Amino acid sequence: MIEPENVPDSCPGPSSEGAGQMDGCAGCPNKQACSTGQFRTDTSPAEVLASLQCVRNKIVVLSGKGGVGKSTVTAQIARGLAALDLSVGVVDVDVCGPSLARILGVNGQSVHKSAAGWSPVYTLDDIAVMSIDFLLSSEEDAVIWRGAKKNGMIKDFLSSVDWGELDYLVIDTPPGTSDEHLAIVSLLKQAKITGTVLVTTPQEVSLGDVRKEINFCRKLRLPVIGLVENMARYECPKCRTVSEIFPATSGGAQALADSEGMPLICSIPVCPQVGQSGDNGVEGLDIPTEYGILVEQVIRFCDG
Amino acid sequence: SSGINAEYGIITVLSGKGGVGKSTTVAVLAGTLASSGLSVGVLDADLCGPSLSRMIGLKGSIHSCEQGWLPLSASVGKGRISAVSLSFLVENQDEAVIWRGPKKTAMIKQFLSDVCWGALDYLLIDTPPGTSDEHMTIMEAIPNCSVVLVTSPQAVAAADVLRQVTFCKKTNANVLGIIETMSGFVCPNCSDCGLLFGKGGGKRLAEYCNIEFLGYVPIDPNLSRLLDRGELFKNFQSSASIQSYTEITKKLIKP
Repeated sequence: MIEPENVPDSCPGPSSEGAGQMDGCAGCPNKQACSTGQFRTDTSPAEVLASLQCVRNKIVVLSGKGGVGKSTVTAQIARGLAALDLSVGVVDVDVCGPSLARILGVNGQSVHKSAAGWSPVYTLDDIAVMSIDFLLSSEEDAVIWRGAKKNGMIKDFLSSVDWGELDYLVIDTPPGTSDEHLAIVSLLKQAKITGTVLVTTPQEVSLGDVRKEINFCRKLRLPVIGLVENMARYECPKCRTVSEIFPATSGGAQALADSEGMPLICSIPVCPQVGQSGDNGVEGLDIPTEYGILVEQVIRFCDG
Repeated sequence: SSGINAEYGIITVLSGKGGVGKSTTVAVLAGTLASSGLSVGVLDADLCGPSLSRMIGLKGSIHSCEQGWLPLSASVGKGRISAVSLSFLVENQDEAVIWRGPKKTAMIKQFLSDVCWGALDYLLIDTPPGTSDEHMTIMEAIPNCSVVLVTSPQAVAAADVLRQVTFCKKTNANVLGIIETMSGFVCPNCSDCGLLFGKGGGKRLAEYCNIEFLGYVPIDPNLSRLLDRGELFKNFQSSASIQSYTEITKKLIKP
């Protein structure tokens, strides 16, 4: 496939509506060609289907709200599945803020490309990982891309990685309901998303955003495994008093789950060891048992 | 007339990382400035997750005049806060805003050029996490924009904010400093200070990047409660986190 070369950072994408005619096309050598649709390609659900044909289950971790623990939850799901001897891959489509590689202890590594595609990076517990982290030359590199360019990378992650046979592919996402989320849904149209896990914290500010995400899932008919409430409470290690760090002013995740007719899978406490081990990229000790409940529920949903 | 006339400037609050307290920072900074008698505009550029309007307790529909949109506003202390948010333009607050980049860009451009703010002392801009359409649009529209960076103490957060520092350099932003939020939690029973998310990651980042460290803000469930209920400005009493933000505001205000 011929691709435009020397595209500016403001490129809206050769397949976008108005390609070659937008503000971001000014000065681009491909402007004329793009406006005639020379580089237009369809988003390729068929390519993704072919690439993921040996991937049994595809799980997407969503929120709507930032900082609720999507990447942490993704990592814990992956680790939990791997501990049961299942073959697991994870892909981080948060290209601006790719936390997953660090949490899984593989940040700063490189990927190489062969005829079969990019080889994912493997963690010590044999989880296959794909992230833009592996394509950046320094931890200071910023990915300053508009939506269309992000979509192109996400397509590559889903169609050009040599995943091999996997029982589970878990997809971490950025917060929101925008380009990345639409890209995943569109690209996995044929390969099919097996289930989504929605993550929230207890406060209404978070629930409000997650309500929007739930409506996004409904609108696009995505199967929902359930809701996870993270950072629900904190137990003081000294006096054992339990405090609500982000107080639930509107019934917390349970009320949201009830009103939306979906299960609240678990309510996970704040556990400083989880954050620390994520920062250090190691498997934590004393991980809340609630993550085990989450993994069981994911398996039950996918097998059922 | 429409367009921005902010006597002391426009400050954009960025992170790169989600959920570190960008909106909280904008809400409390706005409240602190307004309480002292200033007129503060707040612009919520987080179109998919516009939490700011809930936090500052403003809701309703935006109206237009001949020159453009009129922000919603409220008195706060001796001053005033005016705000624009996508939440004032949508009927159903639970409906997802499923917009691609170009549509988000167009809306933010309208927020920046078609709002009749009146005379402001400061305009504060809240942003979503990332370094994408929304952020590029703001930086293109406001040359040498002043920026405050927010991070939580964790390395995972600081890593995203380090990338944001690169974004600021590339867009010639004027970085005023870094705030470290969620920095410690004092147990209400025994006063033990738990470092739930660590401490010092933001300070170390500031030192590494040679950027001013503006201060630590502790975890404050009472603040979270007030923001959830939109009651921040009714109860702007001095809790530990508000006090921290007051000290930070003093560093940011031009003399």
